[in-house]
Amino acid sequence: MSGYRLPHGGSHLDRSRPLAFRFDGEPMQGFAGDTLASALLASGRVLVGRSFKYHRPRGVMGAGPEEANALVELRNGARQEPNTRATMTELYGGLEAASQNRWPSLSFDMMAVNDLLSPLFSAGFYYKTFMGTGQATWHFCERFIRKAAGLGRGTHLADPDRYEKTNAFCDVLVVGAGPAGLMAARAAVAAGLRVILADENARPGGRLFDEGVQLDGLAPAEWIDGALREIAAGGGRILPRTSVYGYFDGNVLGAVERVADHKRKPAPFEPRQRHWTIHARHVVLATGAIERPLVFSGNDAPGVMLASAGLAHATRYGVAVGASVVVFANNDGGARTAIRLADLGMSIKAVVDPRREIDPALAAALGARGIRLETGAVVAATRGRKSLAGVDIRGFDPVSGVLGANVMQPGCDALLVSGGWTPSVHLASQAGSAPVFDEALQSFVPGTAREAWTTAGACAGTLDLAGCLAAGLDAGRTAARACGKTAENGEIPLPELSGTLAGTDLPFPLFDVPATGGAKRFVDFQHDVTADDVDLANREGFCSVEHLKRYTTLGMAADQGKTSNVNAIALMARARGLTAPQVGTTRFRMPWTAVTIGALAGRETGHHFAPVRRTPMHDWHVAKGAEMMAAGLWMRPRAYIAPGESLRDAYIREASAVRQRVGIVDVSTLGKIDVQGPDAGEFLNRLYTGGFAKLPVGKARYGVMLREDGIMFDDGTAWRLTPNRFLVTTTTANAGAVLAHMEHYLEVVWPDLRVHVTSVTDRFAGMAVAGPEARKVLQAALEEGDVSPEACPHMGIVRGRIAGEPVMIARLSFSGELAYEVYCDWPAGLAVWEALIEAGKPNGIMPYGMEALGTLRIEKGHITGAEMDGRTTLADVGLGGMASRKKPYVGSTMTQRPAFVDPERPVLVGLVSRDGRAIRAGSHLTLPGGGASLGHVTAVTWSPALGANIALAFLSGGRDRHGEPLEAAFPLKNERVAVTVTDPCFYDPDGSRMHV
Amino acid sequence: MRIHCPCCGPRGVAEFSYGGDGTVRRPDLSVTDTDAHVAYVFERENPRGPHVELWHHIGGCRHWLRVTRDTLTHEITSVEMAGRFAGEAARISGAGA
Repeated sequence: MSGYRLPHGGSHLDRSRPLAFRFDGEPMQGFAGDTLASALLASGRVLVGRSFKYHRPRGVMGAGPEEANALVELRNGARQEPNTRATMTELYGGLEAASQNRWPSLSFDMMAVNDLLSPLFSAGFYYKTFMGTGQATWHFCERFIRKAAGLGRGTHLADPDRYEKTNAFCDVLVVGAGPAGLMAARAAVAAGLRVILADENARPGGRLFDEGVQLDGLAPAEWIDGALREIAAGGGRILPRTSVYGYFDGNVLGAVERVADHKRKPAPFEPRQRHWTIHARHVVLATGAIERPLVFSGNDAPGVMLASAGLAHATRYGVAVGASVVVFANNDGGARTAIRLADLGMSIKAVVDPRREIDPALAAALGARGIRLETGAVVAATRGRKSLAGVDIRGFDPVSGVLGANVMQPGCDALLVSGGWTPSVHLASQAGSAPVFDEALQSFVPGTAREAWTTAGACAGTLDLAGCLAAGLDAGRTAARACGKTAENGEIPLPELSGTLAGTDLPFPLFDVPATGGAKRFVDFQHDVTADDVDLANREGFCSVEHLKRYTTLGMAADQGKTSNVNAIALMARARGLTAPQVGTTRFRMPWTAVTIGALAGRETGHHFAPVRRTPMHDWHVAKGAEMMAAGLWMRPRAYIAPGESLRDAYIREASAVRQRVGIVDVSTLGKIDVQGPDAGEFLNRLYTGGFAKLPVGKARYGVMLREDGIMFDDGTAWRLTPNRFLVTTTTANAGAVLAHMEHYLEVVWPDLRVHVTSVTDRFAGMAVAGPEARKVLQAALEEGDVSPEACPHMGIVRGRIAGEPVMIARLSFSGELAYEVYCDWPAGLAVWEALIEAGKPNGIMPYGMEALGTLRIEKGHITGAEMDGRTTLADVGLGGMASRKKPYVGSTMTQRPAFVDPERPVLVGLVSRDGRAIRAGSHLTLPGGGASLGHVTAVTWSPALGANIALAFLSGGRDRHGEPLEAAFPLKNERVAVTVTDPCFYDPDGSRMHV
Repeated sequence: MRIHCPCCGPRGVAEFSYGGDGTVRRPDLSVTDTDAHVAYVFERENPRGPHVELWHHIGGCRHWLRVTRDTLTHEITSVEMAGRFAGEAARISGAGA
């Protein structure tokens, strides 16, 4: 016999709505309002999972976010989610859950052998057992360890659900809707403030449900509903099922609302979860406290549970967690819980307390109910493996900490434990406040606020209900004052309490019971860290809390220190002969509870991951068979593939057409920056390596910009349109970075320069017409304007009109052929493009894409981002002649550093394949037969002009190696291609083709 | 984290890009001493406490800002425009306002 459903009670339960669900395939039943954990307990289920490292049988230990044992795989198929807390999972009809970390079954788990081998798995076992014995051992063992590691299994299927992200602004954010949070929200709303009240449970109210009291004569549920109505009526926004997981700089908090996790699947168009970024002027942290487990032998047996969890399951869900219950506590809360549970109809065998006496009124109340009270005693061990069978109660000297004689060994199926309360200081700690140790609580409370927050209630160490309600009201008023509302809200009265029990929740400072019989004593249930591991960490020098945490993995993963932190610190303090405040605590990091990647991604997945930018000619390209490719955010044609053609056929056809006749390519994506002002020429003169101050109006010039460290940053052209105005083009990839670069120099470095820069990238569409017949085609298309060699010499700029649209033309060449870049208004792009295509028909004009563009530029040895890779200098790519010696510019001095002038530096060379095979990009260059890498290949192509496979590469000392035979090695494919080093300009080295 | 842009008001940090140490000064163009440039490009103090940083309001007014931020507490105590509007400062009111 184990847990069962009580005949009455359960504030959250709707007994008229039974719900069927399955656990490990077994059909079960619960009620609407249940959690998966309460429904399992009510069904008599004790064993729900296997532990992380030792695969020990585990049962439910909590009733909320502190749950460290009952982590299950929820749902299946694409919605399967591992490591879900059964205590936070609301039951719905048809729920499917499975236990984790066991094979072949939960009841018989082969990996439980780890428990017997546990000496191998102590803290740091990875390093000692597997890595310390040498690389070979680790490599052999790694795959087994990786397979055995972890808990639940996720899915590799795409997430079918929607997630949303939203921002909210408020005056006061109240985190936690227990007694303190509700009062704080009421006070803030009454002060006329914009309030958000977030609570991670399905029903706000916190521990108010469990106290067995009446407020103003109302049952807790009724009083809570009244308070929520009042907050909502005052304009407050109530967010149930919302975990505030992170407190970020500037009073920005992150929260996840579980919009549809309590349903089988979200309704159509409903998000599964919603991420909130909440900007609050003031925050009230009413996050409550979590009960501490006690550390004793076998304290992880299924059936051992926090006392507060045993109580919550009874009051909220009408579940008796055991048929025969023992309570073990170091504070009066244990006796109070026993009394309340007995009054709810449960069988309580004994209350065990290490103190010599407890509150006399409580002792009398226990006696009246026939509950045995053992003071000066502890639970020293548990019996039973897959479910609790009984406990060993021993005498205990609270002064010396020594175990005494056996007192009794009662059988029981549930042991409720309370080691006092640990305030949930996580958010305050994240916000930069170092937690402070509170002697009375034997725990940490939030320290001095560094952001605009106030704590209230159990979070601040106030454990009694009346105190929490009063503290909440105070905090609400404090928040109101912080937001500039000075009126005291006397009209909110504190509720009259009745039915409270005597006693104090402040604990006797007992954290652990000496080990008996060699059984493990767990500190962190989720990561299987024991008291012995803490001692071991100390002995091996990992005694600072930050080292302890990382060495033992204590407080990591799902637990995040909720139940383990204080006990670990207490044990370490004792081992080192220090006090707990001397040991201190780690700084908590977000998240408070796990956040799904989906909630962080929101709608920014798939097609919406990034914006897609299209040129005005996009649809034309697609209609003409272009295979489009992403270039940053832009879509560009890769090649126009005719029926029956391969990509390779297509780009060879396109590139050949440019060399033989004429081609046209869409260059609208190039970055364009309008640089204006009396000092524009001087400004560009400082940024570019070449001279621009004296560039005549009506001429363009190629330029390279360096970074301050002398490395190449970007290249492009600058067209002088008027004495005070330049149009600067950048590479497609660096359009944004070059603008930011310019703005930096204008605002931060040289604010005296009278220059203004504006991005005009999508102001002008651009197309390049290239090939021996480019001039003929362009002139035929021009309704006005002259591109004769006299009117438009190389690098000249002319204006004209095509298809009725004004155009600006610069005679520039990237392909090495006679070529013109034609710019027009963005919306006119398609009309101008089509006019040029029409005009070029007699000449066989061929649109070409990125592949052909790449081939043409490689044949010419022109550089792109593959060569400007953040490591190369002007000299490296053979453009040393562009480095002006007449003027300083950004990066000019830094290029004189020794490594930059090292003759062994890899420099740009060409490669020709000698055996006809293609060279692979990324190959490394070696001497024939192998050896150390002498350089690497950056770009490769089949050159139709040369009829050979060629490549560009960086080769150490490459300028003196032209003609040398080398090998291009690509070990991943086991390829070695014989190559000959050449000049990087393969085609028309004297440039005669573009100067016609 | 929020930055009170003197031009745009308090905005989320996602609108800004970090521009590095705001205390270093680029050597004058006429300086050809490599050491001075090496110091400007690579050498940085790593102060504990208030520190002047450059931030670029790249998703807003696109101005460069000098932000005084405490490296220990992350508190921002002043935000000023760089460049021709230097001296224009944001009023930093209550956090999150």
